Amino acid sequence: MSAMWFVLRRLARDRSALLGLALIALLVLCALAAPLLATHPEDVFELHPAERLKAPSAAHWLGTDRMGADVYSRLLFGARITIVIGIIAVGVSLLLGVPIGLVAGHYHGWLSDLLMRVSDIFLAVPQVVLAIAIAQTLGPSLPNVILALSVTYWPWFARVVYAETRALQKEVFVESTSALGASAWRLTVLHVLPNIASPIIVRASIGMGFTILTAAALGFLGLGPPPPTPEWGRTIAESREFLPHAWWYATAPGLAIFLTVMGFNLLGDGLRDVLDPRLRRSRTATDG
Amino acid sequence: MAELLAVRGLSVDFVTDRGPAQVLDGINLDVAPGEVVGLVGESGCGKTTLARAILGILPAGAARIRGGEVRFKGTDLLREDPRAVNDRVRGRAITFIPQDPFTSFSPVFPIGTQIMDLMKWKSPLVGSRRNAAGLFGRYPRERWRADRSSVLETLRAVQMPEPARTLRRLPHEFSGGQRQRLMIAMALLPRPELIIADEPTTALDVTIQAQILRLLRALVKERGVSVLFTTHDLGTAHEICDRVVVMYAGQEMEAARTDVFFARPAHPYTRRLLDSVPSPGGELRDIPGEVPSLVAPPTGCRFHPRCDYATAECRADRPALRGLGDGHGVRCHHPVDAGVDT
Amino acid sequence: MRLLALLLRRLVWFVPTLVGLLAVTFVISRVIPADPVALVAGETATPAQVEALRHQLGFDRPLPVQFVDYVARLTRGDMGTSIFTRRPIVEDLAHRLPATIELTLVAMIVSVVVGIPLGVLSALWRNSVLDHALRVVTVSGLAIASFWLGIMLQLLFAMRLGWTPLNGRLQGFPPQSITGFYLVDAAVTSDWPIFGRALLHLALPAATLAFPALATLVRFTRAGVLDVMQSNFVLYERAMGLPRALIVWKYILRSALTSTVTQIGLLFGILLAGAVVTEAVFDWPGIGTYAVNSIVRSDYNAVMGFTVWAGAIFIVVNLLVDVAHTLVDPRERAT
Repeated sequence: MSAMWFVLRRLARDRSALLGLALIALLVLCALAAPLLATHPEDVFELHPAERLKAPSAAHWLGTDRMGADVYSRLLFGARITIVIGIIAVGVSLLLGVPIGLVAGHYHGWLSDLLMRVSDIFLAVPQVVLAIAIAQTLGPSLPNVILALSVTYWPWFARVVYAETRALQKEVFVESTSALGASAWRLTVLHVLPNIASPIIVRASIGMGFTILTAAALGFLGLGPPPPTPEWGRTIAESREFLPHAWWYATAPGLAIFLTVMGFNLLGDGLRDVLDPRLRRSRTATDG
Repeated sequence: MAELLAVRGLSVDFVTDRGPAQVLDGINLDVAPGEVVGLVGESGCGKTTLARAILGILPAGAARIRGGEVRFKGTDLLREDPRAVNDRVRGRAITFIPQDPFTSFSPVFPIGTQIMDLMKWKSPLVGSRRNAAGLFGRYPRERWRADRSSVLETLRAVQMPEPARTLRRLPHEFSGGQRQRLMIAMALLPRPELIIADEPTTALDVTIQAQILRLLRALVKERGVSVLFTTHDLGTAHEICDRVVVMYAGQEMEAARTDVFFARPAHPYTRRLLDSVPSPGGELRDIPGEVPSLVAPPTGCRFHPRCDYATAECRADRPALRGLGDGHGVRCHHPVDAGVDT
Repeated sequence: MRLLALLLRRLVWFVPTLVGLLAVTFVISRVIPADPVALVAGETATPAQVEALRHQLGFDRPLPVQFVDYVARLTRGDMGTSIFTRRPIVEDLAHRLPATIELTLVAMIVSVVVGIPLGVLSALWRNSVLDHALRVVTVSGLAIASFWLGIMLQLLFAMRLGWTPLNGRLQGFPPQSITGFYLVDAAVTSDWPIFGRALLHLALPAATLAFPALATLVRFTRAGVLDVMQSNFVLYERAMGLPRALIVWKYILRSALTSTVTQIGLLFGILLAGAVVTEAVFDWPGIGTYAVNSIVRSDYNAVMGFTVWAGAIFIVVNLLVDVAHTLVDPRERAT
């Protein structure tokens, strides 16, 4: 646990990581407190055709959309969807990818090769395309989007865990524990697991950003949760026919996506700098 | 006889988490023309820092020159126009032999490319005007040919087999010893007056260290080039140096001609150093105590905490240079005389 | 020798990986609740007619049989016929390929030519105004949704300023078709008005596509240069007074590029993935829109065809990147 404090303290010195953390906190706040923060919470479901496509004003901070609904309020509720998709998709990918990576890294035979080839297959095609295929197959809905994203992101975790497990296998301490008679799996769970925590955490943070972008792309293509769900990507797609007049309609959700993903990326970078000193630049001797 | 290189009162700090580390404290050092001077000291005593300060390649952000001068042929390099120093002094009048031959070549270019790039700007045939051709400027055909034949000749002088083939190959195809010979060649090609060699044999196999050192000495003596040579190994200093200077914790302690130095060391630290060299059948004699932290170094003479002869004076004032005749200088309040032994 | 061994190893895995990819996509595309055969047959078709069509298309056979048959035809270069266009898929793809390649290539060239020097300068002038500005660009490059960037660019440059066309590859007649690349064909036939128009049409989509790639390149080049700047050979060159510009642009850049080359493969992946969405935004008549449309229309064979093509390209590109890396790093060649 002292390790965690160390990490948090180092992280606190990194201004961009703190900014990332702030942005993520903002996202979580918006999602959790949406009913409270929204000026027109009922607009998620109700229609006000008379008010459609109004510019930002005191009554509607970010204007209204084609249904007359308040863009700002729908954006806040959209944050809920974003978080849910991100957390569950990355969570499932992690739960799938980490064990697969561990098994592949632990064994050395055909099983290991097979698992890595399978993950290569998933990595061979851009995630977006595969996710589109899956989402289309199953139909546009929130659970399907999450499924599509989980199924296509797990290889990233598997790869990282595989590489780390293999690297750790070569380390002396693993050999000596083995010599002491610990069972192979006990070894893996107790010794390897804590050491792969860092790369997994970094990958999870970066994965959140990546997944949210892909989810938005799916929403944009009409493969996400159907209306009236205020998903950010879909909102952008809806807004297209009303440009250039209703610029707020397209700009606001895009900015929301941008800030969210940036938050996760900045945090991920900061975590990587703190947790993985091996990636740091080498230094030559400065004096002798 | 005017000194070729005269360092006076040079003080350098390094920035660290715990405050500035006073890596060099008022160093004085002389190198005469045609002289091989050995700068001896333990790891961390500041000898590499001194070498780099003279060359002017200290890391800009991390190191700060607090004071002093580095006079080369009368001009203070620290206060000259940096571009002029880079063009006319570095790589021309003063050249460098690095410690690690394994990483001092770019791994992706052939040896010939790297040497000829050096010659393009630093060949003795370049006029005294700055080479105004610019980065991708022309390399005049005739000069190129003349330079190339100098290169081949010098490669033969450092005993590289098949010089022409050598130029076409990549650095990793050569052993450490061979690469260091190439470094020696590159240090000699611009016809310098002073070579700064920073522990040039430390990274090499013991079996070839002596070979390389003797080669270097022979070549510089032939050409009348001075060498400032840092090392932590007394044996090396004895092997090829004309004079030896001892450093400890950022201060120079004693300087003398090699024979005098090894026969009649006057500084307590020097004596301890010489005693600690293991001899067959003898015991292993250490210097008690530890190398001090340079963030909060000892006052006065920095060796005083570990010195048998230390007094309050040693703690209070850094000793001034005391001449013991015949070019033998020592900075100590209680130098050990020939007649007064422990 | 090592190069040969590497190539052989990769080629051996090429086929199984591709087959595996096909199997996955095959299974996915066949496990669909909606029935495209019925869709194609039309609403007025009777069940008997639908079944007849199904039989004609061979979709009534067991899945494994269909799969084996597909792979067999593939080896003969036959990807089947698109259910919707009724044309051989190989033709469909070939027809649309140049558009995507031209777009991707232009985007890649822009990101390399602009990104690498910027990365070097960013490293040299660390913490300067330029460096910080580029930091912002780099971070946002990977956080902006491509489709949104495209729409914003359209909003500003096409709608508000009118500097570029809104979408599409070209208005009016394309140049004489030699390579299928409008820029090349127009230049070769000296048809400069068309060249200009094609360039304008390319501007926004290429910029949209290039942005994340540029961000990645600047980032990696900067990190690479900063890393190499600490090397001993750089120290040596400085000690010997070599001109700074020479040290940076010849020696440092060359070493830093060794790692950047591997990134170009990654880049290609980013570009291709981005191409799918970008083409959708700009109505670009390339493979990306073809893929999306095929998926949406449940055009099995077309989806498979696209997957085969994309998968093969990726595997080949990864192989080329590995080869390039071996070539660029001479140490690896000789060992």
